[in-house]
Amino acid sequence: MSHDHSLNPETMPQEPEKATLEGKNKFLGLWFFLGGETVLFASLFGTYLALRNSTANGPTAQDLFGLELVFIMTMLLLTSSLTSVYAMYHMKNNDFKKMQLWLGITAFLGIGFLACEIYEFYHYIHEYEFTFRSSAFGSAFYTLVGFHGGHVAFGLSWLIAIMVRNAKRGLNLYNAPKYYTFSLYWHFIDVVWVFIFTVVYLMGKVG
Amino acid sequence: MKGWMGKVKSVFLLSLLALVLAGCGKENLTAFVPKGYGAESSMNLIILSSLIMLFVFIIVFLVYVITLVRFRKKKGQEDFVPKQVEGNKTLETVWTVIPIILVLVLAVPTVAATFDLADESGAKDGINIDVTGNQYWWHFSYAGEEIQTSQDLYIPTGEKVYLNMQSSDVIHSLWVPSISGKMDVSPENENTMYIEANEEGVYWGKCAELCGPSHSLMDFKVVAVSPEEYEQWVEEMKKVDPEAQPQDAVAQDGKAAFEENNCMSCHAIGSSPAAVGPNLTNFGDRSKIAGILEPTKENLVQWIRDPESIKPGNKMTGNYPELSEEEASNIAEYLLQLQPSEITPESAGN
Amino acid sequence: MSIAAAQKKGFGAFIWDYLTTVDHKKIAHLYLVGGGFFFLLGGLEAMFIRIQLIKPENDFLSAGLYNEMITMHGTTMIFLAAMPLLIGLMNAIMPLQIGARDVAFPFLNSLGFWLFMFGGILLNCSWFLGGAPDAGWTSYTPLSTQSPGHGVDFYVLGLQISGAGTLMGGINFLVTIVTMRAPGMTYMRMPLFTWTTFVTSVLILFAFPALTVGLFLLMFDRMFGSAFFDVALGGNAVIWQHLFWIFGHPEVYILILPAFGVFSDILSTFSKKRLFGYTAMVFATILIAFLGFMVWAHHMFTVGLGPVANAIFAIATMAIAVPTGIKIFNWLATMWGGSITINSAMLWSLAFIPSFTIGGMTGVMLASAVADYQYHDTYFVVAHFHYVIVGGVVFGILAALHYWWPKLFGKILNEAMGKWAFWLFFIGFHLTFFIQHFLGLMGMPRRYWVFLEDQGLDTGNLVSTIGALLMGLGGLIFVINIIYTAFKGENASGDPWDGRTLEWAIPSPPPFYNFKQTPLVRGLDPLWIEKTEGKGEMTGAEPIGDIHMPDGSILPFIMSIGFFIAGFGFIYQTDQKAWLLAVFAGMGIALLCMLIRSLKDYHGYHITKEELEREAD
Repeated sequence: MSHDHSLNPETMPQEPEKATLEGKNKFLGLWFFLGGETVLFASLFGTYLALRNSTANGPTAQDLFGLELVFIMTMLLLTSSLTSVYAMYHMKNNDFKKMQLWLGITAFLGIGFLACEIYEFYHYIHEYEFTFRSSAFGSAFYTLVGFHGGHVAFGLSWLIAIMVRNAKRGLNLYNAPKYYTFSLYWHFIDVVWVFIFTVVYLMGKVG
Repeated sequence: MKGWMGKVKSVFLLSLLALVLAGCGKENLTAFVPKGYGAESSMNLIILSSLIMLFVFIIVFLVYVITLVRFRKKKGQEDFVPKQVEGNKTLETVWTVIPIILVLVLAVPTVAATFDLADESGAKDGINIDVTGNQYWWHFSYAGEEIQTSQDLYIPTGEKVYLNMQSSDVIHSLWVPSISGKMDVSPENENTMYIEANEEGVYWGKCAELCGPSHSLMDFKVVAVSPEEYEQWVEEMKKVDPEAQPQDAVAQDGKAAFEENNCMSCHAIGSSPAAVGPNLTNFGDRSKIAGILEPTKENLVQWIRDPESIKPGNKMTGNYPELSEEEASNIAEYLLQLQPSEITPESAGN
Repeated sequence: MSIAAAQKKGFGAFIWDYLTTVDHKKIAHLYLVGGGFFFLLGGLEAMFIRIQLIKPENDFLSAGLYNEMITMHGTTMIFLAAMPLLIGLMNAIMPLQIGARDVAFPFLNSLGFWLFMFGGILLNCSWFLGGAPDAGWTSYTPLSTQSPGHGVDFYVLGLQISGAGTLMGGINFLVTIVTMRAPGMTYMRMPLFTWTTFVTSVLILFAFPALTVGLFLLMFDRMFGSAFFDVALGGNAVIWQHLFWIFGHPEVYILILPAFGVFSDILSTFSKKRLFGYTAMVFATILIAFLGFMVWAHHMFTVGLGPVANAIFAIATMAIAVPTGIKIFNWLATMWGGSITINSAMLWSLAFIPSFTIGGMTGVMLASAVADYQYHDTYFVVAHFHYVIVGGVVFGILAALHYWWPKLFGKILNEAMGKWAFWLFFIGFHLTFFIQHFLGLMGMPRRYWVFLEDQGLDTGNLVSTIGALLMGLGGLIFVINIIYTAFKGENASGDPWDGRTLEWAIPSPPPFYNFKQTPLVRGLDPLWIEKTEGKGEMTGAEPIGDIHMPDGSILPFIMSIGFFIAGFGFIYQTDQKAWLLAVFAGMGIALLCMLIRSLKDYHGYHITKEELEREAD
């Protein structure tokens, strides 16, 4: 590598993720991207709200949802958001090992969340025969929650890819923005889940 | 407001009428000559907004022309450097405030008319007609009267007629330009609107939402007759006996062929509400065949034998056995004799 | 990679260079070529439409083919011609106007282009594979979900892929403008074209995801049996209309705002005056964009949303007339008192003012909900949006091409041919579309394959077709002009128009690093300031030093091919499950490219100070 941006405590800038123009661009670009994602999810939420009672004599939200599992999922994802904050804290202190550790925990929690979601879908399909095709409600539910799940899966692949790639070479000004933008993305997914929890599950249960 | 607006309106309408007579649009089709309540409401706003906009355009155009004439680069002054003006608060305020006022002038009557046309408080006691849009024909079911017609919609003049509209397939849009603006006819929920014709006549109706290959051929007619004639028509329609044998032998053969060839599995004659295909009760009275063809026997025979050549993508093609020229001709004779009423598009002034 | 490319020679190297380029100017060339190609295609489709309507009950095209033609004309012109041409211009000019050496994400820029291109090709493949989409460019459900064959599938996948490219472009421009302006180039000193690029990018960012979702739902319904628009299973077809227009209305401003920017720059340059009411112009742009998101339901006045919704959306729509009016008057005031040069670029700009004013006026007329019950879905609407899109956007693109052609290619377009093309196109345009206002109210709905005899519509349609042919002729002369200029055109200096903004401070065409020294900006119209108050050229904000340049890459091209293959897979897996292999293969290629991109380090390279100084000699 001709341009080694590896950091040591003396050359460590205050905000390594925004120290270079590329880093700043990445940071800002991701923010804008999340703006677009907000509209994407808003459209999906709108569709879901319009169709949530269109069950076509199939299972309704009240029949289906069990809040216990969803509560566990919420906890997993919220905690993973917190652990990614710890990771970023360690990045700013240039403590690479601890950062990787906390990101590892984040990934672990994310996988847990995804596993629960897969179990949930499996459960609905096999116990209630509630599928993507059963009703407009089914289509809207699986699409909204599935899009979120897809985002979680993508985030996990992203995280694992940068963790593996940088495992041996430590933190530098080139990869710090990559870690940081990941954490932003991860928080966003978390926030979307909070809305899903409220709009889909709580409102679905309460009626 | 009403006074001068009225004068302007009458001048405007007269000149439009002149335009129409000069070949600019066909009476009973063009929206320029409103003959119903909805079309008049729309026309009032069209005139008002046109006038406002014309005013704006004239100002813009005047300034534009003067600028171009006065400030074009002159010979011998190629090096002239104009004063670099940043802006002018007063001017900019003027051309912000005036448009706001103009927009308000248009907004108030727009809102009033929007609510007026949506006011359906009279629907309960009025005439209600269920409209179904189909690829590519219209069905009308006269609520409370057990009458069904397709393609020709009969209404009394001078009275609000409430249409409850739904589609059996894709989205259509019902439009009778000279009587009323349009409203979508959608498969998932009933849309309602009312129409009111001021004078007797046969008005062209069209589908205004792309609905497939024959979208442009989905015409229908609104037959507006006097309230007395409407009563008479309703009575005559109610008396129709679907089983009645026609008078002459050819038509009788036609009726037999009609039954043998399964036509009845889609079409109905009489008040049966089933409507896979158009209801044929008053087929002989209709002003057009399939909404577009002149009502001659040759046209009908062609339609029966090869509807695809006339309305591409229609749902009749291929749903019945192939018919010989003679069979088709007999059926045509039978259908054209289905003339239950004296009140027809022709009597209404077609 | 770029070094390898430089060592190859000849045509192959040229192609390879463009396939791998991340230079914003070369990507702009690609956009202009791609967008230009689709513009000609869309124009050809328009000619077929007008020939079909030359007389009543014509049978030049069959009913089904006609519907395919109108669908593809609209879709092509909006997504594959107008937008790419504008994005091409933004790419070429915006970085120069803010004194930047490239855009923020050169790699994404290239990816955005190739996604657009392959999306467009995918969509047009439908012509040869059983028929193009036929449900209109708006693709209303359930007509589009029930449309037989694969036409609408191509629409869904083609737009999804090219839309992703556009979204990337939007984000890229936003970041570029925020972080990469030259020292002194504050927001309120940016040229209007840069401002409109900025605001347009915001619109792209917030509007396109709604289309993305709509297309996904349509795709799921058509290919995977979901029930979003299936009334029998509780679906709701109007959701599509909402999603489509939440995207679709801002889309109109995505198209027109950059054109506004173009006219602002051109009118100011050729009047030799600074833009009148600059601040008001900027805020009017922002206000139009903001209001643009609040008015989508005016496309749905006849859907039956009820009087409250109709009234609110009517008033919101009318409100847009105010900032638009401000702009028109500011342009007039910019010319007032100036010294106006009239050349081809200026002719298009001058023609824009009255033409667009008519389009804006009919826009306000359409906003009046009850009047719209008559206009809706008739030729009045067709006339209106062609007045704004041709009279605004196409005139804008043509004006911009004449104005910036020297900067883009180093040659000046031929003036005589420019004027011929202009007058033919301009007269043809008004001939085609003015009469359509009347045709609409005379009872001619839009998207009519035939109109019947004896309905009083014959003359109007004939006139309209004649006008369209004139437009076609004008377009043809413009194409000839381009070819002529490429071979025999007059070479342009760096500043052929006595320009005011930064792009005219560097040679034409600019070196690949744009600015040898990042310029120091001292105010609005920085070059003009230096011409009148300084030494006539920009002062550097930094000493000459090494310039960091990004690496070229073939990955965007390959990644787009991956999506292209996956698109075919999605379309045909409904017939045969084996096509799922194409889905996996295509997505695999795309994901692999993504992985390579994120795992491999791209540090770029440097042009050294010595090289820069050598080049100057």
